[in-house]
Amino acid sequence: MTPGMFDLLGFGPQGWGLPLLQAAGITISAALCGFLLGSVFGIGGATLKLARSPVLRLIGQAYTTIFRGVPEILVVYLFYFGGSVVLTTLLNTGGFPGFYSLPSFVMGVFAVGIVSGAYQAEVYRSAYLRLDRGQIEAGASCGMSKFLLLRRIIGPQTLRFALPALGNIWQSALKETSLLSVIGLTELLRQAGTAAGSTRQPLLFYAVAAAMFLVIGRMTGAVLGRMENHLAKPWRR
Amino acid sequence: MDREGPRRTVSRHPLLLQIFLIYYGLGQIAPLRHSALWPFLREPYWCAILALALNTSAYTAEIIRGAVQAVPAHEIEAGRACGMSGFLLRRRIIWPIALRQGLAVYGSEAILMIKATSLASIITLTELTGIAHKLISSTYRVFEIFIVTGAIYLALTFLMSTAFALFERQLHAHHAHRRA
Repeated sequence: MTPGMFDLLGFGPQGWGLPLLQAAGITISAALCGFLLGSVFGIGGATLKLARSPVLRLIGQAYTTIFRGVPEILVVYLFYFGGSVVLTTLLNTGGFPGFYSLPSFVMGVFAVGIVSGAYQAEVYRSAYLRLDRGQIEAGASCGMSKFLLLRRIIGPQTLRFALPALGNIWQSALKETSLLSVIGLTELLRQAGTAAGSTRQPLLFYAVAAAMFLVIGRMTGAVLGRMENHLAKPWRR
Repeated sequence: MDREGPRRTVSRHPLLLQIFLIYYGLGQIAPLRHSALWPFLREPYWCAILALALNTSAYTAEIIRGAVQAVPAHEIEAGRACGMSGFLLRRRIIWPIALRQGLAVYGSEAILMIKATSLASIITLTELTGIAHKLISSTYRVFEIFIVTGAIYLALTFLMSTAFALFERQLHAHHAHRRA
């Protein structure tokens, strides 16, 4: 007897429900780690691009141009293969012969993070430029230190201006995690592929994966929308 | 909100998933396998083109809608006052102005398309990224290959954006005196 659609998607012995949900969890955690790492790179990149020194500005510009202009999958290959080459060379010279590689999750998160960071750098930069200079001067004349200024005035307002665009970047980070399937990470797309291969039902499983991506995107989008409203509250009239 | 519907649904799906859905999924539909379209849909090349076209058409529809809606009402009224209507109004007033306004956004969509072609390598199409991947896995000279391939992509996107900028400048030729 061939199993029906609900047997295939359910949680029974023939069901792919649990593996697919676990894979969705990996997709979400890879996207989240990548996005958070990207915000570190993004803030760094924005700081470089806003620096006074032309050399630092050039470095920032090169970072955002290269990683926004090169296909994401190439960056994934760079980190996955490049990471193991660097690690192997380092360990071999340190007296540990053999071949080493890093888990695909770690390298994938780095790849998603560095691409996401290039886009986030542009967002943070333009959000910072939208700040009211007078407020920074007012804070400084109240005797706030640089760190206090950053925490009380620059940080919250930059975040408020940046949040709508960050929502879009989050969505593309979520989509980019599907590329990690090519380096062997069992995220949603790869798990759907495995299920499609063993049941010969590619249409069903890829459609289910598409629906799951859509649901994840919608739900996280709703959370971001709430955050946006929350941060905009003090300025609403 | 509703008008945003199609673009949002497509844009939230990873392109790679769409490619797989077409390349692996369509073969499951028996009538399609026996149709005249099958010789095309069997080939990774045509599947990639179909996925890319579907993916970009959703964005392009949004760009066109935005550009047409942004045509100022007074320009259309002026056209009507001169006695134009229907096709003539569109050909002389609405389409040229919409083209001018939508071109910049369409240019960045075209650049995204250049980057998106790299995913076709996953379904065995040996384009630029496919060859880079082959070279990397056979030689493990990751950094050299990344630099060369990345430079080719950057050159392509640079050429594309320059071409769009030139075309845009030509369309705005009547504003040239303002630029100086």
